[in-house]
Amino acid sequence: MGMNLFKTTAAVAALAIMATGAAQAGEDAKLVINGDLSIATQAAAPAHLENLETVYSGWVFRTKETQALEMDDFDNPSFVFVDVALDLYAAVDGTEGKSCASCHENVEDFAGLTTSMPRVNADGALETTTDLINECRTERMGAKAWKYSGTDMSAMLSLVGLQSRGMPVNVAIDGAAAPYWDKGKELYYTRVGQLDMSCSNCHEDNYNVMIRADHLSQGQSNGFPTYRLKNAKMNTIQARFKGCMKNIRAEPFGQGSDEFKALELYVASRGNGLIVETPSVRN
Amino acid sequence: MKLLITTAVTAVIASTVAFAGTTAPGDVAFKDGAVAVSLTGAAGNAADGRAVFADRKLGNCLACHVNSEMPEQSFQGQVGPPLDGAADRWSEAQLRGIVSNSKNTFEGTIMPAFYVDAGFTRPLGKFEGKTILSAQQVEDVVAYLLTLK
Repeated sequence: MGMNLFKTTAAVAALAIMATGAAQAGEDAKLVINGDLSIATQAAAPAHLENLETVYSGWVFRTKETQALEMDDFDNPSFVFVDVALDLYAAVDGTEGKSCASCHENVEDFAGLTTSMPRVNADGALETTTDLINECRTERMGAKAWKYSGTDMSAMLSLVGLQSRGMPVNVAIDGAAAPYWDKGKELYYTRVGQLDMSCSNCHEDNYNVMIRADHLSQGQSNGFPTYRLKNAKMNTIQARFKGCMKNIRAEPFGQGSDEFKALELYVASRGNGLIVETPSVRN
Repeated sequence: MKLLITTAVTAVIASTVAFAGTTAPGDVAFKDGAVAVSLTGAAGNAADGRAVFADRKLGNCLACHVNSEMPEQSFQGQVGPPLDGAADRWSEAQLRGIVSNSKNTFEGTIMPAFYVDAGFTRPLGKFEGKTILSAQQVEDVVAYLLTLK
């Protein structure tokens, strides 16, 4: 009897703990998209990460309501922008009379690209997917470059990223990428702005705690571009860097600057092993 | 012309006098993280300090700290320790030091320094060369914190 009571009490306590976890969404929630695409939202931290044992997708830190929006493509507002990008993909633009589809007939062929971006190109320069798209536009289509984090670009990045959804992030950090990665790492740990904070102060030292009404994530980029409920549009990772810097009263680096590209590589590398969720939904 | 010069001189003297009791950010004397002397030369106003504490563009203290003396404010942060009973744990001089520049008390802390105006990397233009709080606001917040017993 005594033993039974103990067991019952323990079971109730366990349930209570689980319920608390569920209320905060938490690490145990399972991300399954459209009922059939199961996405792991945590992974063992990559070896280069000295201060974390496990890396978590930002999805883990969102409320159940926000999480649910990403679990069905009909509910996910990002797909409005993916549809816009599909039209852009087929639309002829520029002096050469070409569309994206003229050379890349099936957008599905971009499966895997986002998992390895940014990367170092044949000329030894670090390039983002954004750079690749604008290079196609200006050099092969004879069209104007899109604004770095503008509506067209963030939509196209969402469409291209979607082709890698479900695949693990795996950016290269050694060889030719090493000096860029080192620079990105230095930026990540440098305190900036009047509030004198680094990325790591919030996203490494204090993830999983509340900063006012916001549940701090690890700042992982595996879901970018992400639809934010806050501004009802697709947000690129570099636009998010800019927003973070302004929040801490720091002068942001430019979109497409060497600094932000290096930071994009370093942040992506912190999520090596996480699964691409693009296009995700966040608060 | 004479009148103009006299007026100008008077204005300069007046502004000097007005700030005579105020310690500039670079001149604050820390001892073991604490600051013994009021930054304004006078005691702060706790009621004003309570408002500065809660204001998201000023102290924004609730972003990181729980303070159960302000139950009307929702979503209190958890990055730093709760401030309930702060006055039982810290002296006035220690609280002044922590608000002015907590890095002298807690090495490597995430907490911003509220009375430092130099040495930042890439400060946003409109905040360059400025402190987050004025000397008066620091004293008002200290006076408010001293009521948290």
